[in-house]
Amino acid sequence: MSQVLTIDGKDLAFDSGDTLFDVAQAQGIYIPHLCHHPDYPPQGNCKLCTVDVDGQSKCACTTQAETGMSVQTDSTTLTEYRRALTELLFSEGNHHCPGCERSGNCQLQATAYAQGMTYSSFKLLNPQRQIDASHPSVLLDRDRCILCGLCVRASAQEGKHIFTIAGRGSDSTLAVNSDSGLLADTNLSAEDRATQVCPVGALMVKQQGFRIPIGQRIYDQGTIDDLGNRRPQYHSPKSKTARIAGDSDD
Amino acid sequence: MTESTTDSRSLTRVAIDPLTRVEGHGKVTLLLDENQVVQQARLHIVEFRGFERFIQGRPYWELPMVVQRLCGICPVSHHLAAGKAIDMLVGAEQLPPTAEKTRRLLHFAQVLQSHALHFFHLSSPDLLFGFSSKASERNIVGLLEKHPETALKGVKLRKFGQQLIETITGKRVHGSLVVPGGINKALKPAEINVYAKQMDEIIQWSTEALELAQGLYQADRKHADFGAIGSPTLSLCGNNGNFELYHGDLRVKDIDGTILLDHISNRDYLAHIEEEVKSWSYMKFPFLKRLGKDRGWYRVGPLARVLNCQQMDTPLAERARLELVNQCYPDQHQSVLLYHWARMIELLHCAESIQQVLKDSELTGGELVAPHGDRNPECYGIIEAPRGTLIHHYKVNDQDLVEEANLIVSTTSNNQAMNEAIRSVCRQYIDGHGVSEGLLNHIEVAVRAFDPCLSCATHALGKMPLSVEILSVAGHETQVLERTSQGEIQQRFYPC
Ligand code: SF4
Ligand code: FES
Repeated sequence: MSQVLTIDGKDLAFDSGDTLFDVAQAQGIYIPHLCHHPDYPPQGNCKLCTVDVDGQSKCACTTQAETGMSVQTDSTTLTEYRRALTELLFSEGNHHCPGCERSGNCQLQATAYAQGMTYSSFKLLNPQRQIDASHPSVLLDRDRCILCGLCVRASAQEGKHIFTIAGRGSDSTLAVNSDSGLLADTNLSAEDRATQVCPVGALMVKQQGFRIPIGQRIYDQGTIDDLGNRRPQYHSPKSKTARIAGDSDD
Repeated sequence: MTESTTDSRSLTRVAIDPLTRVEGHGKVTLLLDENQVVQQARLHIVEFRGFERFIQGRPYWELPMVVQRLCGICPVSHHLAAGKAIDMLVGAEQLPPTAEKTRRLLHFAQVLQSHALHFFHLSSPDLLFGFSSKASERNIVGLLEKHPETALKGVKLRKFGQQLIETITGKRVHGSLVVPGGINKALKPAEINVYAKQMDEIIQWSTEALELAQGLYQADRKHADFGAIGSPTLSLCGNNGNFELYHGDLRVKDIDGTILLDHISNRDYLAHIEEEVKSWSYMKFPFLKRLGKDRGWYRVGPLARVLNCQQMDTPLAERARLELVNQCYPDQHQSVLLYHWARMIELLHCAESIQQVLKDSELTGGELVAPHGDRNPECYGIIEAPRGTLIHHYKVNDQDLVEEANLIVSTTSNNQAMNEAIRSVCRQYIDGHGVSEGLLNHIEVAVRAFDPCLSCATHALGKMPLSVEILSVAGHETQVLERTSQGEIQQRFYPC
């Protein structure tokens, strides 16, 4: 612990190999993020964790901490960046919160609230991507996928390698590694971490619906800045106890 | 007699159009003959059929939340109707008592608040101040000034219903309660107490509201003829023929009060009801197959329900029901204004029922979800919404996605009845006098009596944006009467 940098004016010691995200998290400093989970290698997909490092914008989740760095995690400009990024995510998918069962438990929605986003200033693309309902207990609604890649990493770590991001640029979509390209032909299960890790309502355990009452949902209790990135734990569709708000990644 | 004319060549068409496109809007055209007698009335309503396509391809468990967006006034009805359909889908129609009672309580609260809104905010000003009084007075603000006590009780009744809805569903509008085969939470005893304590007062205010509605109706003999029409009436009834808002079978009474159809289960509705499409309206025209297109149109809603049932299971409402029924039969035509009286009987019934349910020990503490059984890929949910029978019908594929949806909302069922009521009103008020501002008010009063899911019907009376066109036989405009949403009137005449 010989190395030191400053985050938001505080001198902080760190170990070599730590990212800026790790250092901040260890000190309880929340940096908005959607594609990062401490259990998986960072990928820098969403850019929401952008911070100011000596006058330059960098992703906190992928940037290695270095001695002498001066890091700013919060400013009006950073909030504006993050809000614009969040708006872009909304405009690229179909995020109709009122009818979405993930509402109140969704990290994208909670981030939008935290950034003060009330509408998207970007044109809504209203995509119509293929919905995959072939699996008996898991549903993939690609129109809600923000391509964070967490399910890809989680599934790889579980040794199943079920998901991959296919295509380039605006044509990128989440693809399923099976001959038919359908979830039914994979060995995915509802309990897999890959299923559970989705921060939004794209990969969902089936037949859950609105079992968590309004008032008891994760982000009914506080903002994502205060509570961190949490997700409900889903049980198999047949199970009686539906799901309890649980897993937190920080 | 429906749309009687076969030869329209010698007729004059009058169109009453909204000037601006509000969320939902109506347009009325009237066809007059040479003697200025109304031959046809057509109410055109933009209907949100888009929803049926919108939910295609979506997972079924989203339905109760998505379809409730159909309506800002009675979202709970759609939430529950979709929920009932999904119970059937998953083979869990027999809900645990706590789930069933909570859903019923929610529905009573919804009907109570909707009826209070409708009567006090939208209709009682018409009746208290008269149809031709100044538009600026005829609204809840005018009512608050002139009859503060009455108006305040109306506002409080609505608030009570809304608060109960909020406690049950987590939100005043568009909350959540139903899950397949049950509910997501029961009330806590402390919450039940808060409402239970208010019930004597709520029932008292509801009784006064009923007395007001009944008194206003009976105060003027002309009311009995206002928009008087005769038709079969359709509603849900309990097994024993009792009044039902939440669950039952369909019953139809004929124009003279005899039972025409009974014990029609939800899955058989299509064997008895057909929907006709007419080229001039976006909204379909449902009719009873047995009576055919011309005679088979029917009424739904408060008056239909109160007339159809054998009895109501709450004492005060039951006494009131008998009085209304005696007023209606053997007459085969009923004024649209009777809807208000019937509506307030239901308001009282809801208040009494809420008190009963709140006292029921099974309302809390039991199982919330029934075990799921055999799946029914084709499923139905029928409920009595504040405005009348509401039918949800879905086909769900084996991947859990909605393949087809058919919704018959109460306004659709009342479609022909509204046309007939307008025609009846116009016949009384238009003959030989051309079209005047007063006629617009009378048409509004008639449409509003049905309480349609039309956002334009919720404009303050006298402020519904309308324009009236009279066309000559050759199709030229001869007169245009316009009213803006500010209530300003403009009139133009064109020489033929
Ligand atoms: S499905 Fe969910 S976890 Fe997977 S990439 Fe899309 S948003 Fe991320
Ligand atoms: S969390 Fe760092 S880029 Fe997404």
